Amino acid sequence: MPRTTAVFGSGLAKGLAVTFRTMTRRSVTEHYPDVQPDLPPRSRGVIGLFEENCTVCMLCARECPDWCIYIDSHKETVPPAAPGGRERSRNVLDRFAIDFALCMYCGICIEVCPFDALFWSPEFEYAETDIHELTHERDRLREWMWTVPEPPALDPAAEEPKEIAAARKTADKWERAGEEA
Amino acid sequence: MDALDVTLRLVAVLLAFLLLPLLVGQTEHKVMAHMQGRVGPMYAGGFHGWAQLVADGVKFAQKEDVVPAAADRRIFQLAPAVALIPYLLVLVAIPVAPDGGVGQAIDAGIFFVLAVMGVGVLGSLMGGWASANKFSLLGGLRTAAQLMAYELPMLLAAASVAMAAGTLSLPGILDAWEWWWLPWQIIGGLVFFTAGLAELQRPPFDAPIADAEIIFGAYTEYTGLRFALFLLAEYAGIVVVSALTAVLFLGGWHGPFAGTLGWLWMLLKTGVLAFGVIWLRVSYPRLREDQLQRVAWTVLVPLALLQIALTGVVKVVM
Repeated sequence: MPRTTAVFGSGLAKGLAVTFRTMTRRSVTEHYPDVQPDLPPRSRGVIGLFEENCTVCMLCARECPDWCIYIDSHKETVPPAAPGGRERSRNVLDRFAIDFALCMYCGICIEVCPFDALFWSPEFEYAETDIHELTHERDRLREWMWTVPEPPALDPAAEEPKEIAAARKTADKWERAGEEA
Repeated sequence: MDALDVTLRLVAVLLAFLLLPLLVGQTEHKVMAHMQGRVGPMYAGGFHGWAQLVADGVKFAQKEDVVPAAADRRIFQLAPAVALIPYLLVLVAIPVAPDGGVGQAIDAGIFFVLAVMGVGVLGSLMGGWASANKFSLLGGLRTAAQLMAYELPMLLAAASVAMAAGTLSLPGILDAWEWWWLPWQIIGGLVFFTAGLAELQRPPFDAPIADAEIIFGAYTEYTGLRFALFLLAEYAGIVVVSALTAVLFLGGWHGPFAGTLGWLWMLLKTGVLAFGVIWLRVSYPRLREDQLQRVAWTVLVPLALLQIALTGVVKVVM
């Protein structure tokens, strides 16, 4: 055992000092129903749906570990864009629902969505008194979409986001093509 | 002393008995919370949860009063009263102001006060035995062991003050009190306060009700109002021990303008000591049963004897 030179009772005094100092400082308690909490960025409150981006590819529903996403859709035929062209078929979303009684907030659906149709929203006040009412349909999911915060700003020296880089590349190509012509 | 005078004094004591423990309890709620970085009750009563204990009382009153089938019924039901009433009786004898500012001046005040306080602990013993529950019994046994160990240094420390004042009467002690008794009796004061804490089974001396080991000791089987009475006894005990320490070692009502503001000084000293009781609870972990005994017999008793020797020497020399 290491030899200690502490004065007898200094530990006791230290204990008293710690509690007294804590008492003089502001408490860390969140006064939630009275004051809304200051949530950190990327808070996982609820999942919002931006249905314009959804192509009904069903990836989210298939990747969901507890099968809490319900999707119904049908195909529609779109007339050709130019005369003589071919008819195209398009998926139309009929139902998109997430059962938040089953959802475990893993976020895989959001990660896996190839068209950025699903987003984390920090909204968390959607408790219900009946477990069945926790299955939320597309209109509710869409409302939550508007509570999704802007993505946090990039670090000063960070690489350009992929979307912007791709757009810039295309724009540059067009510009060069215009100059050559 | 006519009937009206007696009645007024008793009503005042009763009011103090009903009010001060609640005040200490509420202070404990808030102080303990802030010492842990929390805010404590905030809703009951509207302003910072001032009525939390009233709400608690209402809750306890609504609960079913259960007596276990195997329990010794009469003793089981009587125990909370035995735990609580002694503190009311002690309060009668504690002087709060000079010149008759006491519920009832008793010639052998210290003797009365310490004897009656010892009865309070019997409530825990009765509850522990009558509950017919092994945890209650363990708690009762621990209470008994603690009572044995800590009553002695408490008595010795109090005896030192009685020697210094040359009287057993509490108002008499205060009349004889001088400011330099403060450093003179400081060891005795610390011993008395510590032993008082142990007798109240307050943390860090709460092995008899150690909830992590034996549920709630002697109070395990109690519900509703009877349980609340045990809790009330604990807080009344804090008031009584703080007040007694203030009277015996801190000069009670002595202070500037003692003639008119004596009661305020007494309340202030008691309040500061009660805060200390809460502070110690938040700061220190619970002592193990063997540590409890070692502290009592190898630290407090020798210190109390040392104080008595010191008191004796100074008394003879002076």
